[in-house]
This record gives sequence, C-alpha cells and structure tokens, in this order.
Amino acid sequence: MTFFSNIWRNEKSREIIVQIIVLFFLGWFISWLVMNVNANFEALGKDISFEFLFIPAGYDINQYLIDYNNRDSHLRAGIVGLLNTGLVAFFGIILATVLGIALGIIRLSKNWLASKIAYWYVEFTRNVPILLHILLWHGIIINTLPHPRKAISLGEVTFLSNRGFYIPKPLTETGIELVYLFFVIAIIFSILFAKFCKKKQDLTGIQYPVFWINFSVICFLPLIAFFLSGMPVSLEIPALKGFNFRGGMHMSPELAALTFALGIYTAAFIAEIVRAGILAIDKGQREAAESIGLKPSKVMNLVILPQARRVIIPPLTSQYLNLTKNSSLAIAIGYMDLVATLGGISLNQTGREMETMLIVMLIYLSVSLSISALMNWYNSKVKLVGR
Amino acid sequence: MSEKTYKPGNYPDLPPPPGTVGVYGWIRQNLFSSISNSLLTIISVVLLYYLIDGIIGWFFLDAVFDAESKIACRKIDDGACWAVITRRVGQFVYGFYPEAERWRIDITFLTMFLAFAPLLYPDIPKRKWLLYFSAFYPFFAFVLIMGGYFGLQKIEYSLFGGFMLTIILGVCGIVCSLPLGILLALGRQSNLTVVRTLSVCFIEFMRGVPLITLLFVASSMLNYFLPPGTNFSILVRVIIMFTFFSAAYIAEVIRGGIQAIPKGQYEAADALGMNYWQKTRFITLPQALKISIPGIVNTFIGLYKDTTLVVVIGLLDPLGIGRAALADTKWNGLSTETYLFVALFFFVSCFAMSRYSLWLENKLNTDKK
Repeated sequence: MTFFSNIWRNEKSREIIVQIIVLFFLGWFISWLVMNVNANFEALGKDISFEFLFIPAGYDINQYLIDYNNRDSHLRAGIVGLLNTGLVAFFGIILATVLGIALGIIRLSKNWLASKIAYWYVEFTRNVPILLHILLWHGIIINTLPHPRKAISLGEVTFLSNRGFYIPKPLTETGIELVYLFFVIAIIFSILFAKFCKKKQDLTGIQYPVFWINFSVICFLPLIAFFLSGMPVSLEIPALKGFNFRGGMHMSPELAALTFALGIYTAAFIAEIVRAGILAIDKGQREAAESIGLKPSKVMNLVILPQARRVIIPPLTSQYLNLTKNSSLAIAIGYMDLVATLGGISLNQTGREMETMLIVMLIYLSVSLSISALMNWYNSKVKLVGR
Repeated sequence: MSEKTYKPGNYPDLPPPPGTVGVYGWIRQNLFSSISNSLLTIISVVLLYYLIDGIIGWFFLDAVFDAESKIACRKIDDGACWAVITRRVGQFVYGFYPEAERWRIDITFLTMFLAFAPLLYPDIPKRKWLLYFSAFYPFFAFVLIMGGYFGLQKIEYSLFGGFMLTIILGVCGIVCSLPLGILLALGRQSNLTVVRTLSVCFIEFMRGVPLITLLFVASSMLNYFLPPGTNFSILVRVIIMFTFFSAAYIAEVIRGGIQAIPKGQYEAADALGMNYWQKTRFITLPQALKISIPGIVNTFIGLYKDTTLVVVIGLLDPLGIGRAALADTKWNGLSTETYLFVALFFFVSCFAMSRYSLWLENKLNTDKK
C-alpha cells in the first residue's frame, strides 16, 4: 500500500500516471467515435472514398477565374471555388486596409468632429454581425440599383446596375512584352538602388529620397516602354446589348456585395488596431524626435511608424485571416466560394458529407496555420530584445 | 476689443486672452487649428449634413409605418416602408412560439436581468439572495421556455425563432464557453505534455476553420459520430458548436492574461506551499481573468454576432424571419428596412456589452492614481 501511495506522492510519477489515464480515455473516446461512424455507415450502406472528386460536377458556376463548365469534375469545381475565395479575400483586404488605415488616422486627428465621425463609424460597423452586412449590401445592390437598361453610368465607361458592375477590360496586344520587361527591370533596379542607399547611409549618414526615386522609376520606365512599343493596350468598354451589357469585366452583385461588406466590416477592426498601434508608442519617442529637429513627416516615418509597425502587423494579419474565413458566409447570398461549391452543391449532389467537409476544413486549417506560423516567425524576428 | 499691450510680469490677475477659452476657444482649438484642420471640419460638416438629412427623411419623415403591402406603402410615401416590421413584429421577437404562450418568454427574459444582476454588479444590495436565484435560474428558464412540466404546454424546438433564439443561443454559448475556455487555457499552460498537446490541437483546430463549416458538421454530420439511433435537437448541437468555437478564442485570451502575470507571483505561491489547484484558484485566475476582461467580452460579442450564422443551416433567427418576410410577395424587395431593423437590435445589445466591459475594467483597475 505504501508503495502505491509513494508513487502517487512523487510529483514525477504522478504526472506520468495522470497522462497515461488521459491517453487511455482519449484512445477510448476515439475508438468509440470510429466504431459509431462504422456502424452508422454500415447501416446506411456508405463508405469513405474520394473518387467522387473526379466525376463531372454537373452544376454551373457564374463566376470563375479558370475555365470551367458543368462537365468538369468536382475537384475542378472546388478549385474554382477556392480561387473565388481568394479573389474576394484579395479585393476585401485591399478595401479594408485602405479604409481602415485612413479611419485609424482620422480617429487620432486633432479635429474633434472628424475623430467623432470615425469613432461612430467604427462602433456602428463592428457591432453589427458580418452576415447582416453582407445581406444588407446584397439587398441594396439588387433592390435599389437600376436595371441594366437604366444603369448608372460613370463617365460612359463603367456601369452600375442590379445585375452587377461593368468595368472596362484591358486587352493586351503584341508588343506588351516590352512593357513587362521594363517593369521587371525597374523593380530590380529599385531593389538594388534601395540597398545601395542603405549602405551609403550607414557609412556616411547621407540620405537620398529613395522612395520618390524608386516610385518614379517604377511608374515611368514601363510608361516609356508603353509609348515606345506603340501603346499595345486597349480598353474593351462594356456596351448595352439587348437586356444586358456585353464586353468589359463583370463584377457580379454577389462579389461586389461581399467585397464591400467584408471590406467595410474589417476596416472598423483595422482602424482600432492602427489607432492602438500608434498610441502604444511612448510619447517620449515623439518628443525626442521633435527635439532633435526632425520635421513632422520624418518623425512619423523614421520614429513612430517603424515602432508602431511591430505592434500593428500581427493583429492586422489575424484580421486578414478573419476576413478570409468570413468570406465563407458567401454561401448566404449564393457567391460560389469554396464552401458553396465543394462544401455546398458537391456535398448535396454526392452525399459525401464526411469527405467534402474534411477537405474544406483542411484547406482553411492549413491556410490559417501557415499564416500563424509566419506570424510567429515575424514576431520573434522583430521582438524587442529584453534584458 | 481694445488693442492694449501689457508689460510682462506686472498683471498676475488678468484673464486669459479671448480666443483660448470658452466655446470660441474650444472651437478654434479643436476644429480650426490649422488650414488642413479647417478643411477637414468643413468636409465633415457637409458629409454630416447630407447624411443626417437623408437619414431623417428616409427613416422618419417620408417613412410609412403601417400598410397592407409594399405597393400600398409606396402609394403613401417614398421613404422607408416599416410596415414589413410592424406587421410581423411578433415573429421577429418570438419566432413561431405559440401566441398564447408568449408570456412565458417575457417572464424568462425579465427575470434574466434579475439573475444576471448579482453576477454583473458586485455592489448590488441583497447580492447573496440574488445569487441563489442565479444558480436556480437555468432550471427555471429551461422549464418555462420548453414546458412539459407543471402543466405547461410543451413547445417544440423548431418553433423557436427571432430575437428570442438569438438570446438563447448567445446566452447559452457565453455561459458554457467561459468555463471550458478557462480549462483549455490552463491545459495549454500545463506541464503535462499530453494535456498540453490536446489543448493546443483543439484550440488551433477550432480557430483555424470557419464557424460555418462547424455548423454544417453540427447539422449534417454529428449523428455519424454518435451511436446509431441517437438523435438530439439541432438547437443543442448548434449550442455545443458555438461553445467549442468561442471557448477556443477565450482560451487564447486568458492564456495572454496568464502569461502577463509576473513570475514572482508563482514563486511566492510556491513559497507559501500552495498546491496546483490552490495556486490556480487564488493566484493565477483572479489576476489573469482581470487582465483579460476586454478580450473575453470581445469574444462574447463575437459569439453573440455569430449566432446569426444559424440562418445558413435553416434555423429561424431574426435574419431567417427577415428572409421569410422578404420571400413573401407582399414585401418583396424591402431588404434594406428589414436588415437595418435587425442591425439596430444587434448594435444596441453589442454596444451595451462593450460599454459594460469598459465600466468593469475601470472598476477592477487597482492601479488607479
């Protein structure tokens, strides 16, 4: 008896016993789940197989980045859905970042009125569920925008209607390769130039306006090539044919609603992150920078922002991740993203809940895990080295 | 105003110069301190003018509050047609709960405030007696809402809907996910490798997938994992998923709180000879929970907002009721009115929650000057 009570009183052996018990229960729980699944599948005459991925999907998708028709496989439908998720996340992130940073800065501005407006924007947007934002925007686009025949025209090239937005589509002609080439050259030049300037500054302390030089190089070099090769880009302008527009690029109401909703909703969170990041910088930093005679723009660019960036970027990335995950709500308005294709129609057609949901979850999981791994790496890289 | 100059130093009791105090001074400092600032003010004023003008007109002045249908609304005025809400307000609040039994919901939610008061406000008089009521409340609410005992008519889950469903889902999820989240956070910080790995896997999985896929699992797959023939209500399954999902987020918030506690606290506890559970109960949790209040409340708000997702798996929360109303040909196309009404409800409740968290944060902040 004393032997057992000694084992239990020893911290090390007690830890091992507890862990063995936990493992035992875990094993029992998992085998219980597997047994249940087996029994249920047997009763229904089902099995687990991924062959359904290669049979024709048989449904249409109205928005696709790679060629797709309903004779393509479920796998391809899933990929189209995944790309659509990427597309809306991309547009949403751009909108959210621009709007969010602007609002965050306005919120800190000395102007009382502007700062209050930004404050109430943030409160109103983030206290309303994202699904409601999506449905509201979708409703506004399809119910209040006019029919294509009476579409709102922006300069006769872009049209807003309840069937979606129509924007001019750039068409490339021969000779465009030169522009691409010059663009690549400009990028390589600016990277080298930035490195050179950094070295020079470390050695001599002389600063060059790196940003403006690189900016103009990247803008003008391809532009020169564009004129040299005889302007090889033309715009295809959407035109009204019958009941709808032909030509140009079409942004479906679903994509537009989803982009607006995700962008506007996430912008409220980003504004708070930007504000908190700038406020987190000690007041002494700004005062010190001002006292050594830096002008306001340099105080911001050289002192405040580099430090604020360290505070801002991790939560900002997690907002981007949230935006991407929230884009799965697309299913509520019928935008064909990953969840709506593979986890929606494919699931209903093939009846393979287990397999489709497994794939969908694994894709989202691997995206989030890899981004958070990247963030951990970034955090450890920029972390202030403490005592 | 006289242009008089004063020699420095001889007039200690002069008032501050005009233009730096009072309303005028405030306006000058906060709205017109520089050219760019004045420009910003003017733009804001113009923006606000159009916004308020449009909102008041559409919401109230030109709005129609009762009519037979959308077309009837449009005949009266061209603003918002709130008739879609006023004609169905009962459904928006109670779902399809039988009309004769709705008093039960009213009582449950009124007494809910009584049950939550002692938990939310520590200074309330007669707190001890109210706490007994809080402990008893879940059974009381369950019996009253579900019925089937004491001669109350039994109500099916499928009749639940509207704001009542949102509140049931939100409150159940919040109440269940806090303890689970605390356990997960402790598990993640544990010395036991097995426990730690399990907690990390659970947390990362829940945070990595969209909630909607978890709801699909709850609605269509959960039965496969249970012994054949088991069947329990979709409402319970959804609450379980909400609990798991938000517990993972709460665990991460509390972990941040635990990690922020200075090492000396643990060393002191060890020196006093406390065991693990005493340390957790008296040292770790009180401090960690206090630090993480804002994060926890934010997670709760997130959970509360996420309850709207149940509309995708066919439950009739306010959005589901709204969509059903819009599908009616009488109200077709009034989506803006419907969704704005629901948005207002969420705004009021979420804003109240975040205000409460600010208040609590200030109250518990012991480092006050």
